[in-house]
Order: sequence, then structure tokens, then C-alpha cells
Amino acid sequence: MSDIKSDASNGAGSAGESVDKGQQLTQFQLVWRRFRRHRAAMFSLVVLVALTLFAFALPLVWPYDHGVYREIAGNQSPSWQHPFGTTNQGQDVFAQTMRGAQQSLKVALTVSVMATGFGALWGAIAGYHRGRIDAVMMRVTEIFLIIPLLVAVAALGGNLTGGTTWYAVALIIGLFSWASIARLVRGSVLSLREQEFIEAARASGASASWIILRHLLPNAAGPIIVAATLLIAIAVQVEAALSFLGFGIQPPDISLGKMVEGARTAAFTRPWLFYPPGLIIVAICLAINFIGDGLRDALDPRQTISRR
Amino acid sequence: MTEHEAEGTHVKNHNHEDVVLDVDDLNVTFSSEDGPLHAVRGVSYQVRRGEALGIVGESGSGKSVTSMAIMGLLPRTAKVTGSARVLGQEVIGLNDAQFSKVRGQRIAMIFQDPLTSLNPVHTIGAQISEAILTHRKVSRAQAREKSVHLLDRVGIPNPEQRVDQYPHELSGGMRQRVVIAIAMANEPDVIIADEPTTALDVTVQAQVLEALEAARQETGAALVLITHDLGVVAGHVDRVAVMYAGRLVEAGTVEDVFYRPRMPYALGLLGSLPRLDGGRDHRLTPITGAPPSLLNLPVGCTFAPRCPMARDVCRTEDPELVEAAVAEGERNEDPVSRHRAACHFSGDLVSATPEDLFGSEAGKAGASAEPTGGAPVPEAGRGPEPEVGEPEPEGREVLLRAEELVKHFPILSKGVLKRRIGEVQAVSGVSLELREHETLALVGESGCGKSTTARLLLNLVRLTSGEVHYMGQPIQDLSDKQMRPLRRDLQLVFQDPFASLDPRMTVSDIIAEPLRIHREANGSAKRRVRELLELVGLNPEHGSRYPHEFSGGQRQRIGVARALSLKPKVLILDEPVSALDVSIQAGVINLLEDLQDELGLSYLFVSHDLSVVRHIADRVAVMYLGKIVETATTEQLFRAPAHPYTQALISAIPLPDPVKERTRERITVTGDIPSPADPPSGCRFRTRCPKFADGLSDAERTLCVEQPPELLDRGAGHEDACHYSQVVELF
Repeated sequence: MSDIKSDASNGAGSAGESVDKGQQLTQFQLVWRRFRRHRAAMFSLVVLVALTLFAFALPLVWPYDHGVYREIAGNQSPSWQHPFGTTNQGQDVFAQTMRGAQQSLKVALTVSVMATGFGALWGAIAGYHRGRIDAVMMRVTEIFLIIPLLVAVAALGGNLTGGTTWYAVALIIGLFSWASIARLVRGSVLSLREQEFIEAARASGASASWIILRHLLPNAAGPIIVAATLLIAIAVQVEAALSFLGFGIQPPDISLGKMVEGARTAAFTRPWLFYPPGLIIVAICLAINFIGDGLRDALDPRQTISRR
Repeated sequence: MTEHEAEGTHVKNHNHEDVVLDVDDLNVTFSSEDGPLHAVRGVSYQVRRGEALGIVGESGSGKSVTSMAIMGLLPRTAKVTGSARVLGQEVIGLNDAQFSKVRGQRIAMIFQDPLTSLNPVHTIGAQISEAILTHRKVSRAQAREKSVHLLDRVGIPNPEQRVDQYPHELSGGMRQRVVIAIAMANEPDVIIADEPTTALDVTVQAQVLEALEAARQETGAALVLITHDLGVVAGHVDRVAVMYAGRLVEAGTVEDVFYRPRMPYALGLLGSLPRLDGGRDHRLTPITGAPPSLLNLPVGCTFAPRCPMARDVCRTEDPELVEAAVAEGERNEDPVSRHRAACHFSGDLVSATPEDLFGSEAGKAGASAEPTGGAPVPEAGRGPEPEVGEPEPEGREVLLRAEELVKHFPILSKGVLKRRIGEVQAVSGVSLELREHETLALVGESGCGKSTTARLLLNLVRLTSGEVHYMGQPIQDLSDKQMRPLRRDLQLVFQDPFASLDPRMTVSDIIAEPLRIHREANGSAKRRVRELLELVGLNPEHGSRYPHEFSGGQRQRIGVARALSLKPKVLILDEPVSALDVSIQAGVINLLEDLQDELGLSYLFVSHDLSVVRHIADRVAVMYLGKIVETATTEQLFRAPAHPYTQALISAIPLPDPVKERTRERITVTGDIPSPADPPSGCRFRTRCPKFADGLSDAERTLCVEQPPELLDRGAGHEDACHYSQVVELF
């Protein structure tokens, strides 16, 4: 096929691109190109990468970890040696913040990925099949929605092996947050499945899993991504609440939520204990929200208007 | 007779000198992210008291925006300049409070969608009274009395009772009449009706247009009828203005514009319209391309990129709307109704036909039917040329056979128990046969079960009872997996070119999807996609684009390409062109005809549009409330319909020909389609049947009430389901 003839009458109607630059790009490249145009998202991506390096790479070279050191004097103001000061017990707050950011990021991302993935799939299956399958699946979802998280954690927490490690905490939070995503996705799928392109796929012989994975979930990507980013913020906060109640990550290990919780009375007297972990929580949530925004727009091919 | 008609209009115009609506150089600009969008550019027209002006144009031509600007209903971001005077009072630039005194009082508007233009929580009486009480100091009792009177005028039966009903208790046609009654409430001087019948079925459309006519007579108002339907315009207005890309491109009396168009676009529109009174051998002449984007208008004449007679001057200079060249003695001196056209070469069109101008497309596509070359309309009654070398339709192999298809959808009670409290009888015993290389049309109004029938044939919806055979094999009990191999042969094309393509997939992926599902997407898939794109008349280089980058007609072509990717034998086309503008629709119809000849496809063409059906189908089956009431060859059915419903349906389709449309014999029906959840006993059509109402004795009626009529052969394969069927010649 070498007949590259340009038919004027056909080409005239669509967008004024005379040269098809998009020709050789893969789907991923197209998405990336659109994502890069989203300034806030690109900036947030840089922030998130920086935070990740701060949480995971910097501890490797920093002289202290989050533990108690006999040589550290307690209750010091920020200095070059201890940029965020020290605690009463003699811990380096800078090292604690790094560790906390690490734990919080791990928990939040794990919760978000697990709960969103499972919830979206669950909701899409229920919404696509409707009827009895939907009824049973949604009743299960509702059970998870109505059980108060903290009560369940209290019951589960002690019995779970490794109850205080980050992945156990992530697992527990994830277990009780997928249900809202499932409901949300089911809602969008119920309206999407009535669209003609779904019927077109069915008329071509596509199976249920084909339709769910190739048509329904991609088209529900907008609300899914928004929910996933919100979930990250929620997970950071829930983890903090759990730690406070004694069910989350336990001392001597530390998380951002726990640090904010511990320093909340010192916000005015010793702000260097309170603000660094607090601001990092805010930074993580904001960055991820903007990235979510950018991703949502980038995945939607209709959003072609470039942002300058 | 044409001249006589035209003369009559002029005399009437001169008698009413007073201009009630005077629009002068109206411009509307919206600001958008991509720069200013000129929706309306320099529109000027006048309407006199009691006169009806039709404004026709395709979607996006600015016809609605013009009237919204006159009504002051545009958002504040819209920049409106120019002038619009209602009874001499300037309305452009009025603030909202000042406008409220004009709106409803002097100028009233009727919107397209009767479902959303009434408030669901108030009775219709309260809504009509509200309109009266806003502008007049009358008592509530008087307002109510007036409401009842108005409902009666627009043809609502039992207005005394209806006045206290809520909108949801009325059908779509009834609601639109209520909207008309509200518009009439203060005896306005101008009524603007924006696509008032587009959302309605044809038989209901005829009734609503009648109500509109009554409203005009009662109030003496001038009517501005905005529509995309040239047929509606032909029968109901005195003058027509054609809009294209935000401008008026032609204006004049209906006779002038329909019989003597002087702007290539108007001529093209007429040529691209399938006609109820035309034959199958008449090939449509579509206008190539699509209307320009209002963001990025071409320099010069906006129609030049699509115009076959465009010359250099057309690409540099935008023609003014000036008096059109007319033959000696036809000159119309009246300043309001004189024939105007915006074309540098309108004189060249004096004796042109659509084929002369746009006919080259037909030859290029290598179609079987050559353009007739002569008059745009072949004489009614001329049969199609018998095809050489093809066996008669009866001799061809039956591919798809449906026997007594029944589909009932349960109606479940609300709450937890979801008891079955009834059923919607969507399809009640439909039998049909689709033969090889044949087009069978399934026509009927909305809710008659035609789309459900199409899906039953594909086993996309499970049958309640009945059998579907594909090449002799029963398919109704096959599982999805067992159906998969058969889906190669049976493909579906959808109505809505926007909803039927996954917006997140590229066009190549969409077209290749069936190949992937059937695991054929090996190395040759890319080539196949290019072939298919070329086959449906799209640029094969555009495969990497997304659906939203294409116009409606191009998307529909993509939908066709997807359906063809597995080389099917049968295409089920569910209203494939009803969402498209006429100039685009013609191209898709021609494509479907060419593909059928080229690939030997069989079509089941589901449609509500009899004009299109007449053009494309070999045989027609007419459905009403889940049953087939008449089936015949296209020629038989249109020349001599036997069932009263078919006759009414054919009568209700407006012809784009002012003289024929005003003089033809009509068989009209009253009321709306009954609910398929509770169909009438006996003959389902009897509640609306003109014959049942007037032409039968009581004894004869008993049969209609008690006995459902069978579909019986009345000779030569012409079957109808009426106890008292009688052939009527409508053309």
C-alpha cells in the first residue's frame, strides 16, 4: 500500500492539521505529550519525585535514622546539624520526617493502587452484568461501607501477623476503602454500558471481560483517577488517625500522621516539630491531585485544546 | 400553477405592509478558548404581520442562535451587535427587566424539546395562566378560562380535564401543543418556533404543525419557523431564508427558493434530499465536504470549499446577499419578499439542476445508477429499471429468517421485591425474511419495536419466543460464545455516530477491534484498516486520529467500516442516517448503495424516514406497536399502500415541494401511539385509525375490536394486516 493520496473532499472536514504528526506515536507517547502540556501536573510530578527522593534516597546518606541517639541532645531548635530540631527523647526530626514520608507514601500509594484497582474492577463487573450479579456484589460492597473502619481495625489489628508494619496498615485501610470506588465505578458503568459503542463491541462478538477492560474502564478513567487521588489523601489521614489510636505504625517506627499528632500541642511553641511533617502531607496530597488532573485530561483524547 | 401561487403570495404581502419583526445586520460572536466564534454574521430579514418565514439550515448554521439573540436569551458572554426591532422597538441591548416586557407579550418562542420546556411540578393550566398573569391584570379564574380556550384551540381533547394535569401525564405531541398554547397566551405579534417538531414522530408532527397554523390564525402573529426539514418549510411558510455558516445565503418566496434556487448550496440541499415522490433509480447528489468551522472561516464565500462552481473570486470575496438573477417577467418588486441570493454567479444557475452541479460524485463512485441528468425529480410513478443479470428477489437465497418473534420486557415494581407488575410488549409476533443482496426496510414510528426487532435478529437481546434462522440454522438459543463465529456475517451499524464509537480509541483501533476480537489482527490488520477507510471514502492516513476529530458523516462512515471489517454478509442498519444533516446524509446513502453493489451485502434498514426508505429499499415492512401491519415491495407500498397506517404515514411525510405539498391528498391520524405496555385489543391501530373512526359500520368495528387482523397476502407479495384494507393511491 503505497498510494498515499490525499483526498481533498474527505480531509477538509476534520481538524486543520495538514501533516499528521500523530502518525507514528504510540498510545503512551500521545498521552505523555498531552500530559506534558498540563503545567500544574508537570510541576507536581517534579515535586512528587523530589519528595520520593527525600523519603527514600536521602536517608541513605543522612547520618541519623529515626531512632533515639544518645549523642543527640534533646529538645533543640533547628540547626545545621538537625535542620528540623530534635525531640525530647533525642531523635533527629529531619530523619524522622524522612522516615515518616517514606512510610506514609508507601501506605498511601499501596492503598490507592490496591483499593482503586480492585474497587474499579468490582464495580465494573457489577455494573456491566446488572441483575442478580449486581445485586449480590453491591450488597457485599455495602457491608464494607457500613462497618466503621476503626472498629474493624481494632478487631483485626491484633490478630493480623505483623500488625504494625506499613503493609499491614495499608492492607487494612485498603480493605475498607475499595467499596466507595466500586460504587462510583458501577454508577458510571451503568450509564456507559448503554452507549452504542458497547453494543457495537457486543455485536462484534466481544466477551464481557473484553468490554470491561477495553471500553468500560478506560471510559470511566476520569472519575476513577479523581477517586484514586482523593484516596491517597484520605489514606495519609486515616493512617495518622490509626497511629494515634495505637493501631497504626507503632513506635519506634514513625509516620507523618503520627508526627503531626505528636506535635500538635507544640504548633506554636516549637513549630519546627509540627510544620515540616504537616506541610509534607499537604504537598503529597496536592501534588497527587494535580497529577491526577493532568492524567485525567491526558487520557481523554477529546481534550486537545493545548494549555499555554 | 407555480406562477399563480407565487402571485397570490405577493398580493397578500402587499396588503399587509406592516413589518412586525425587522432584523438588520445582526451579528453574534461567542468568545471561546480558540478565539472568537462568529455564530451569526450580518443576518437581515423582515417579517410582516400574519406572514410565515422559514429559516432553514443545517446544524451549526446559526439559525437558532439568531432567534435566541432576538429573544435576548443568549448568555452574557455572547456579543450581539446589529439591530432587531419588534414593532419598531429596538430589542438588542435591552436589559433583562426591559426584555421581559417584550418576551411573551410581543414575541413568543417555542422550543424544540417539549419534555424539558414545561415545568414538571406545575399543572399545565398553571403554566399557561402564569404566562397570562405575567403580562395582564386578569383574575385567576379568567386566566384559567383562557387556558382552557387555548388548549382547545391547539387541538387538545377534553381541555377542561387536561388543564389540571401535569406535563408527565401528556404525550410529547400534547406537550408541544401546550407550549404552543403558552406562546399564544398573550397574542404576541411574532412567534418564533425553533425546530418545534424535530423531537416528534411524523404523524404527530403533522398534528403539531396544524396546531401551529391554528395559533397563527388565532393570534394573527407572524411566524418564524426554524427547521432543518425542507419538507416542513415547503408546506407551512410563505417565505424561506437559507442559512449557511452563520449567514443568510438565499431568501425569497418558497416557490422561488424551491423551484428556482440561485445559490449552489440551496440547490445542493434540494438535490441531496431523498424524496418520497422520487424513485429508486434517482441517485442523490450530495454536497462534498462538511460545513466550515465557525472558528476558522475561509476567506471569501464560506461555501466555496464545497462548491463545484467556485472560481477565484469566490475564494477572495464574500458575496453579498443581493437580488438574484431572474428570468424576464418573473421580477418581484416587493422589497421584503424579493428573491435574494449570496452568490457571485447566481445568474449561472438559472437552469441548473443539482446533478449538473454536484453530479460528478456519482460518476466517480462508479455507481450502478447513473444520474438521470434531466429534471431533478423523475416523474412520479416511473418504476426502477429491472436489474440485468440478477435473479428476481424471490429467487434469491434467504439469509435471515425470523418467525413469530416476540419480546416482552417485564415491568417490575419498585422496592426490594421487584414483583412483575406488567410487561412492555415491544415486539409481538414479527416474521420476516431477508434475502441475499436485498435491502429490506423496517419502518415505523418511535416505540414501534423496530430497533428491538433488529437486535433480536442479532441475538443481542434474548427472545421471549419465536425463532431466528441464519442460513437455515436456528440462532436464538446460542450462547454468546456460540454466536461469535456467526457475528462475522451479521453486523450492525448504529444511529448515533457520536455514541457508537469509543471516544478513547483511535479510528484504526475501532475499525480493527472486530478483527482483534476474532483473533485475526495479525500483520495484515493494518493494511485491512487502510483498505476499509478507503472503501468508505475516508483518507487512509487518518487512522491514527480520534473519533471527535471527524464530522458526523465521517464518523458514520467509520461505523460502516468497522461493520465491514469482518466481511459480513448481512448489515443491520439501525437508523444509519437519521442523525445526519441532509447534505451529509446523501453521501452516506450513496455509500451504502455502492457498498451493497460492490460487496453483495444484504441490508436490513431500520428507519422512521420513509423518504430515505423509498430511496434505498427493495422491500418494506411497516411496523406499528410491535406488529408488522404491511409489507410489500417499495414500489407497491408507495404507489398503492393498503393499510390505513401506512397511508397515514406516507401522508404525514412532508414533501420538499411547495405546490405538491399544499395540494396533495392526505390521510391523517389523530392522537398518539398507545403504550406498548397496554396495547388496544383486536387491531392495535384501531384507536387512531381514520377508517375505524369514519368509514366503518358498528358491526364492522366489532371485528376490529375483537379480532387481531392477520398479515394476509393480497397478491403479488403485498401483505397487509387490516380487516378492511383498501388500496389508496397517494401520488
